[in-house]
Amino acid sequence: MTAIENRVPAAQASDTRNQTGETMTQPLTGERESQSTGGSDAVVVRDVGKIFTTKKGATVTALENIDLTVAAGEFVSLIGPSGCGKSTLMRLIADLDTPTSGTLTVFGKTAKQARLDQEYGIAFQQAGLLPWRTVRANIELPLELHGFSKAARTARSRELLLLVGLGDFADNYPDQLSGGMQQRVAIARSLAESPNLLLMDEPFGALDEMTREHMQAELAHICAETQAAVVFVTHSIPEAVFLADRVVVMSPRPGRIQAVVDVKLGAGERTDDLREDDQFFASVSEVREHLHGTHATGVRGVENR
Amino acid sequence: MRAAFGASKGLLPPILLGVFSLAIWQAAVVWFNIKPFIVPSPLSIGAQFSENFATVWSNSMVTGLNSLLGLLLGLVIGVCLALIAAMVRAIDELSAAVVAAAMVIPIVALAPVLYGMFSAAEQTARILVAALAVFVPVYVNTLKGLRQVKPVHRDLMRALAAGTWETTRIVTLPTALPFLFTGLRIASSLAVIAAVIAEYFGGPIGGLGKAITTAASQSNYPLAWAYVLGSIILGLLFYLASMGLEKLVLKGNSSR
Ligand SMILES: Nc1ncnc2c1ncn2[C@@H]1O[C@H](COP(=O)(O)OP(=O)(O)O)[C@@H](O)[C@H]1O
Ligand SMILES: [Mg+2]
Repeated sequence: MTAIENRVPAAQASDTRNQTGETMTQPLTGERESQSTGGSDAVVVRDVGKIFTTKKGATVTALENIDLTVAAGEFVSLIGPSGCGKSTLMRLIADLDTPTSGTLTVFGKTAKQARLDQEYGIAFQQAGLLPWRTVRANIELPLELHGFSKAARTARSRELLLLVGLGDFADNYPDQLSGGMQQRVAIARSLAESPNLLLMDEPFGALDEMTREHMQAELAHICAETQAAVVFVTHSIPEAVFLADRVVVMSPRPGRIQAVVDVKLGAGERTDDLREDDQFFASVSEVREHLHGTHATGVRGVENR
Repeated sequence: MRAAFGASKGLLPPILLGVFSLAIWQAAVVWFNIKPFIVPSPLSIGAQFSENFATVWSNSMVTGLNSLLGLLLGLVIGVCLALIAAMVRAIDELSAAVVAAAMVIPIVALAPVLYGMFSAAEQTARILVAALAVFVPVYVNTLKGLRQVKPVHRDLMRALAAGTWETTRIVTLPTALPFLFTGLRIASSLAVIAAVIAEYFGGPIGGLGKAITTAASQSNYPLAWAYVLGSIILGLLFYLASMGLEKLVLKGNSSR
């Protein structure tokens, strides 16, 4: 327990954490027992719905009755079959779309204000680098837009390049890099202004399994270091479990939160050893059961992906 | 290195083809004893060209300047209007009709009207004809380029709370640049063609178009062909210059 607390800087957040006791799941809602909406929460989503209207006038209910609170410093994975509204939920938090109903706050502000105040960093499924800019210039883009001095930009991009292990590629162009390296540049860019909230939509989706596991460990390391809250969209169960404090399982048509699984993997930083941990397998099984709609307990097989 | 190799590899076949056709042309004129007023031989055109090089040169300068000014004017107007149309839906819809019309109207047909609007001693009408011819491909291609912005880039700029101008400068313009240059490349030789043909319809003495009609009216066909050769070279120079500019500017750009 104390181990997990190390990853949660805000006192209030660790309070809610302790109250959960041994209950590992809270079906149907992303709420903790304490309904705190204080400033320590990174994201508070209340009864949010999103209905898309297509050009032909048809409507798609992408999200319905979503309640979710992400504490400061907490890592939350969103998982579910494609089309269940994971990206939509993340885009609502990022204010790239607006909810049809319900309210949504980020660090106590409206999503729009939070975006204007640059409260979050974001990484998409596609790296989304600007191909005519060097790796360095891509990482410095947020700093450039927000008026940082040349010296500050250079110092920060050097730091970030080292962090994501691309120190030698500063002056390369994105298309000279592999997919995994491009994604690392995109992650470095999302970290540029040291945001307290990171939004990541399947950032490792396009990577091969080896690179993927490596990147997961790297991200875990970065998160332990920066203490940022993370909303991480994925459709890989082991990835969700390995990284997250809580895994939010969603179901499609309409997009809803089906269950929330607490992952109890102990100590501060997550390392590859934990992939062999019994708790890891237990959580993986639990998430899978929720995803498949069966709730048989005690199934604890060897994970094969 | 690879680009140079590719270019020389790409240039060789057309050069060979050109030399081959010239040889056939020369042989045909000699063997069938074709009269110069029908088709003069390449050698006699070449002779006229070098004999009258000074006048070909001075006329080329007049037409070249008209083409260049028209090219710049059409380029600026085309890019600016494309920028506006990309931002304002209504202007885009309005201009679609105008551009469709501009593509159907042979622009040089406007030359006589324009000569009437300006003093006959001025080059203005010729420059305007060239500018109009340039405007269409530049506008169409630039507007298309401005629409190529990837959704992920748009989302990124929004997430970074970038303003309209910042987004235009950092993402939209660089995305559109290759398309703009395609438009410019097409427009460059069109500018010369338009400027030459506009001279057929009047305006002051001077310029390759005027020189061609004058030589032809004096039945000096090899000389007329020498001026035609001059305008071909001028058009080619414009084309190569815009292509060089494109290579230079897009050097640091993505697709290499
Ligand atoms: N811009 C949009 N217009 C219409 N429908 C959309 C739009 N974006 C998403 N949807 C629909 O909303 C649902 C959820 O999509 P999404 O959030 O992308 O799912 P996920 O990321 O979980 O795969 C899907 O049915 C999708 O077709
Ligand atoms: Mg998605």
